[in-house]
Amino acid sequence: MMKSLGSIRRSFAPWADPASKPFISVKNVTKKFGDFTAVDDLSLNIYTREFFALLGASGCGKSTLLRMLAGFEQPTSGEIILDGQNLAGIPPYRRPVNMMFQSYALFPHMTVENNIAFGLKQDGMPKPEIAERVAQMLKLVKLEKFAKRKPHQLSGGQRQRVALARSLAKRPKVLLLDEPLGALDKKLREETQFELMDLQQELGLTFVIVTHDQEEAMTMADRIAVMSHGKVVQVATPAEIYEAPNSRFVADFIGDVNLFDGAVTSAEGGSVRIKTTGGIPVRMASSEKLANGARAAIAIRPEKIRISRQAPAHAPVNAAEGEIWDIGYLGDMTVFHVRLKDGKVVKASSLNAVRAVEDPLGYDQQVWISFGEDAGVVLKD
Amino acid sequence: MAKLASALVNRLVIIVPYAWLLFFFLIPFFIVFRISLSQTTVAMPPYTPVFDLAGGLAGILEKAREFSVDNYVWLTEDALYFNAYVSSLIIAAISTFLTLLIGYPIAYGMAKAPRAIRPTLLMLVILPFWTSFLIRVYAWIAILKPEGLLNQFLMTIGIIDQPLIILNTNSAIYIGIVYSYLPFMVLPIYSALEKMDHSLIEAAQDLGCTQVSAFWRVTFPLSLPGVVAGCLLVFIPAVGEFVIPDLLGGSETLMIGKTLWNEFNANRDWPVSSAVATVLLLILVIPIVYFQNVQAKADGERG
Repeated sequence: MMKSLGSIRRSFAPWADPASKPFISVKNVTKKFGDFTAVDDLSLNIYTREFFALLGASGCGKSTLLRMLAGFEQPTSGEIILDGQNLAGIPPYRRPVNMMFQSYALFPHMTVENNIAFGLKQDGMPKPEIAERVAQMLKLVKLEKFAKRKPHQLSGGQRQRVALARSLAKRPKVLLLDEPLGALDKKLREETQFELMDLQQELGLTFVIVTHDQEEAMTMADRIAVMSHGKVVQVATPAEIYEAPNSRFVADFIGDVNLFDGAVTSAEGGSVRIKTTGGIPVRMASSEKLANGARAAIAIRPEKIRISRQAPAHAPVNAAEGEIWDIGYLGDMTVFHVRLKDGKVVKASSLNAVRAVEDPLGYDQQVWISFGEDAGVVLKD
Repeated sequence: MAKLASALVNRLVIIVPYAWLLFFFLIPFFIVFRISLSQTTVAMPPYTPVFDLAGGLAGILEKAREFSVDNYVWLTEDALYFNAYVSSLIIAAISTFLTLLIGYPIAYGMAKAPRAIRPTLLMLVILPFWTSFLIRVYAWIAILKPEGLLNQFLMTIGIIDQPLIILNTNSAIYIGIVYSYLPFMVLPIYSALEKMDHSLIEAAQDLGCTQVSAFWRVTFPLSLPGVVAGCLLVFIPAVGEFVIPDLLGGSETLMIGKTLWNEFNANRDWPVSSAVATVLLLILVIPIVYFQNVQAKADGERG
């Protein structure tokens, strides 16, 4: 059986099937504001019922891309196809997509009920059907008791639900979510993440979410597009993004990582040998084709680095000696900063699986760090 | 100690506006009201009774018996006053509506203008205040008269061949009021529109509104407080307006401000003109107080 990266949430992977047709196709889209290029020749495919996240730092163009899907911005060049229809020139009010705004954009002069009914009334739906749909939406977001309230009489979490209900009321083919949980506090945000996932499953909709919060993207999305400077750097499942980043940028952007720079000494038979600049001989499983002497880097996540008092059996390969420089106790785990002989600080985390440890590691202690041959990823420079 | 001092300062801060209202509104109003209950006489001051403290309390009470509501009865007997009130209200209402029609698009344009040029636009709206109101109204005479600038211009470009008679008609009054009070309409509407979140419009469009329907379902309802404030700021002074109808209006124009002026200066009938002023105040204050009560109740329900 093939090893897989991370746990599989469900067997849903239309992107891996060459026969499946994308629901949204962004083709070579560029968007310029004056001299500034917000989105740069970007292409990606999103599939039906997918929960797709656009992840990146602020200013990376993710919101602009979402606004182009909604119709608030027109691409400078390139095209966007949704369900076989080219969206060029189609105004927001005629697109089969709805958006949930970061500020929620609830109409302050209308009750919760009327906010949700807004789009339905605009479409001229008969009154009894509107009432029925609104009741259904209120039930979905558990706000039945608040139908007659105005937005400013609600808590932040409740407003977020109204915004969600309003954007779902018209049963859009695609729901666009712009930082939907940004205004909520941490605990509520985590709860809401799972609720959103359940809702998306239940309704069978395609969700496109914009977020700068990697944890949020990892939790909710089927696939994540990591963006930087208007370009997509990597599109993959959360597990692939985390375990097999395709560049230093992605490795560094998602989670914590230790990067060891070095030069390739040999690369053959699915294994690469690298001598790091700190002098550690590293052997890593990788199918990268690399020439001898080529610059490369090894990216290893902190939880895949072991700490021991004695040198491991495979030392000096994939191992180095150092002293404990800092200890961060987080409750569920402890993060050690180990300073190697050349001054490089390596982060290693270990799960606190037992409540009390005999003779725990302390500051300034001499330790060995080590890692397995499949612990990290070889990144070409 | 410091706490006590700050409590005292807080009290003082509240007292200042009330003291202002008391000295410059309530007391003058009672003086006018008291004169409205008096009779006219050829004397100085030209009404009776006049109180003096020499008679003591008994003397004052004695004289207070001379108060009567005759002047108010008189107002109901002569159709002139009723017609003047109605005509003032109609002229003020029409002018307010016209000011709204012109002021709203201006305020909307200003609110949608690039942020950098908004202060300049705001300045341009306020700029006319730097010239005397009277001079600006006089200037309109030069523009509107039969041989004035407007007629000359229209005749030169060949739209008309006879001068339009605008000056000394109600049209001239509308023009004068709309021109003079436009900033009072523009500023509150602008401030209501300017603080509106643009994503509300995008949300409306996202939910199926065209630009036009998004305006009527979201922008306009949200700017209503500004519209109401602007309308009150134009309507109230317009009802009692004297200068504009006097300078731009004709002899047939009946407005209560002009009637009041005539009673006071031409007829030297202080009591009747005071009664006219009192009734005018009630006509304006009662609906406004009622309106504010309704508004406060609506706010209370929301808050």
